[in-house]
Amino acid sequence: MKKLLLLGDEAIAQAALDAGLSGMYAYPGTPSTEIMEYIQASPEAADRKVHREWSSNEKTAMEAALGMSYAGKRAMVAMKHVGLNVAADGFINSAMTGVNGGLIVVSADDPSMHSSQNEQDSRFYGRFALVPCFEPSNQQEAYEMIFDAFELSEKFRIPVLFRITTRLAHSRASVSGREPVPEKKLTLPEDPGQFVLLPAIARKKYKNLLSTFETVKYDFRLGKYNNFSDGRKRELGIIACGIAYNYLMENISDAADDFPVLKISAYPFTKELIVDITSRCDEILVLEEGAPVVEEALRGILDNGIKIYGRLDGTVPRDGELNPSIVARALGLPVSFGDNVPAVVKMRPPSFCKGCGHADMFTALNEAVNPFGPGRVFSDIGCYTLAALPPYCSIISCVDMGASVTMSVGAADAGLFPSIAVIGDSTFTHSGMTGLLDAVVKNSPVTIIITDNSTTGMTGGQQSQATGRLRQICEGLGVASEHVIEIVPLRKNHDENVRIMREEFEYKDVSVIIASRECIQTATRRKRTEASAE
Amino acid sequence: MKNDIILSGVGGQGILSIAAAIGLAAVANELFLKQSEVHGMSQRGGDVQSHLRLSDKPVSSDLIPHGKADLIISVEPMESLRYLPWLSGEGWLVTNSNPFINIPDYPPVEDIITEIKKVKNHIIIDADTIAKEVGSARSGNMVILGASSWFIDMSEGSIREAIKNLFGKKGEEIVEVNLKAFMAGRAYTAGIRS
Ligand SMILES: Cc1ncc(C[n+]2csc(CCOP(=O)(O)OP(=O)(O)O)c2C)c(N)n1
Repeated sequence: MKKLLLLGDEAIAQAALDAGLSGMYAYPGTPSTEIMEYIQASPEAADRKVHREWSSNEKTAMEAALGMSYAGKRAMVAMKHVGLNVAADGFINSAMTGVNGGLIVVSADDPSMHSSQNEQDSRFYGRFALVPCFEPSNQQEAYEMIFDAFELSEKFRIPVLFRITTRLAHSRASVSGREPVPEKKLTLPEDPGQFVLLPAIARKKYKNLLSTFETVKYDFRLGKYNNFSDGRKRELGIIACGIAYNYLMENISDAADDFPVLKISAYPFTKELIVDITSRCDEILVLEEGAPVVEEALRGILDNGIKIYGRLDGTVPRDGELNPSIVARALGLPVSFGDNVPAVVKMRPPSFCKGCGHADMFTALNEAVNPFGPGRVFSDIGCYTLAALPPYCSIISCVDMGASVTMSVGAADAGLFPSIAVIGDSTFTHSGMTGLLDAVVKNSPVTIIITDNSTTGMTGGQQSQATGRLRQICEGLGVASEHVIEIVPLRKNHDENVRIMREEFEYKDVSVIIASRECIQTATRRKRTEASAE
Repeated sequence: MKNDIILSGVGGQGILSIAAAIGLAAVANELFLKQSEVHGMSQRGGDVQSHLRLSDKPVSSDLIPHGKADLIISVEPMESLRYLPWLSGEGWLVTNSNPFINIPDYPPVEDIITEIKKVKNHIIIDADTIAKEVGSARSGNMVILGASSWFIDMSEGSIREAIKNLFGKKGEEIVEVNLKAFMAGRAYTAGIRS
């Protein structure tokens, strides 16, 4: 088959299509977004009518994928690591119900937090839910693993976690494809009680899950990705997980016969693998991207076995992503370095685009809240979070999707006045709506500003479920019609917008200001496509 | 053969078009390739870089080790300096001379040029002006690719072919302008080196 030059994300998407995928479900989030985008752009997916619409959030995506699996077809759901927190209830209980059609849950971690609030390691979720987890080291392996993951999922009737990290997600390499597999037919599960987690059923299912987690590790579909290669040296054996294996090879490929190396790319792995390498070597170095998951397991609480080097003893930094230089240092190899960055080089943080409506909205908001003093504007995650930086310095929070609304309610409960939330349109439909309902029910004196650019901007301009529906949603949740106010954040409306904001601060119940202006990036793109279509 | 290349610029300047052209040429030359890109937050006007690794042997790491890059290609002068820790002693730095100023404390351009000139092997090119001369202000990135192409171990013909493929969908005219831009950049460096 033809070789394709694919991002890790795209390799996963192409593999899923080739493996007979019937439904792809996702909410955007760096570095996972390109999986869905690739499938949406694929002519093949369009021909086959593979389901490929964005979901409102990761939980709805997870559950829709589970529904597809219930009906016997192969489904995949993709999200960034923090998305798995949102989807966690569905994810963990899907391990309990088990699957019918193969189900893969891709979680893309972002160590070093290039575009994220934290660097949580999704492998913990694999153990937590008691499901197998793949961790590819390169694009080709990612492609191959998807086939095995679907098979494993169907054989053991269990969802499979697929953990990638930023570097793999966003690095391109050539990938050779396989012969495509046809999609599955609609077939319902044999046991009508499979998805009914009533306690009496759940107790039985949990025992099954516990025993599956023990047996699954001996399946060759996991085992073939955990390889030991022996080396001459007995002083140091190396365990390298996922992409860390590449950084190791970068350093030792010329002397690969020297070191005993255990590459781990699938979990759970067998105890025998660990016994084997530790019995051959005096000491062990563990290299893993993210948290010291394997290292902690090896050490245990007592840590009185073989000498182990890794993130916990400082051989490798405790946080942040790996790179070839960090691994060289851990191996005690010489580390090269070019020149230092000269002092004239200044930081260049991301900033609002020229012509961004968020900027004019925050200029008005800053003026409106100024008399009340600082510390009153909660916010959320999206392009508009850039207002935390100078020159705006408008907002005091960015925690998790939707938290601006609920935190403003809590702070208003505590007596803060005015208590204001600024939330993006996509973030609002992701997780802001339920918080708004809380506010309505308790008549909370908060002002919620939905800064609506009609797109999911931060992740590259995906469709927003909110577009055209915001007023209806807010009124439907019970906000008084005359306090759902639409404004256009343009400089010429500045004074008017400041006045409206101040008025709404004074209203002693929930008010929502919808500040709508199309994202300049998507507007430019739309105009270009319209022009070329003419 | 091994070329480790760092591409740098500011989010929105389109460094990935340069990466895509080199990538296509590398595939046609049956080289091994890894190209790590920046997506996400920094694309909003922040600093962005891409590591591009070509070799006739399989490439392990998606990232270039410090001190090992053979070439920095930058579409913005201050950004070219940000990646000096990766440049090897014998490596080349090729950069556009036109600053992209979107921060309040952007340093005087002369100070940046002074620093660039301290790098042993450097090419500073006014890609914007050259691009306008060949017919499209938007082809600056291909000018810079042309200026860098002497330090990439692939034939001129194969990179030209890649540019044709890259812009083919946009029509004959766009392809021509970008090829002209590439050749103008290539000629600029030839002039300096001889
Ligand atoms: C649970 C979770 N899912 C996804 C993301 C990634 N993410 C951050 S901001 C954002 C989009 C926000 O869009 P919107 O609210 O419309 O604001 P905009 O960027 O358009 O201003 C996304 C998808 C995240 N941080 N957390």
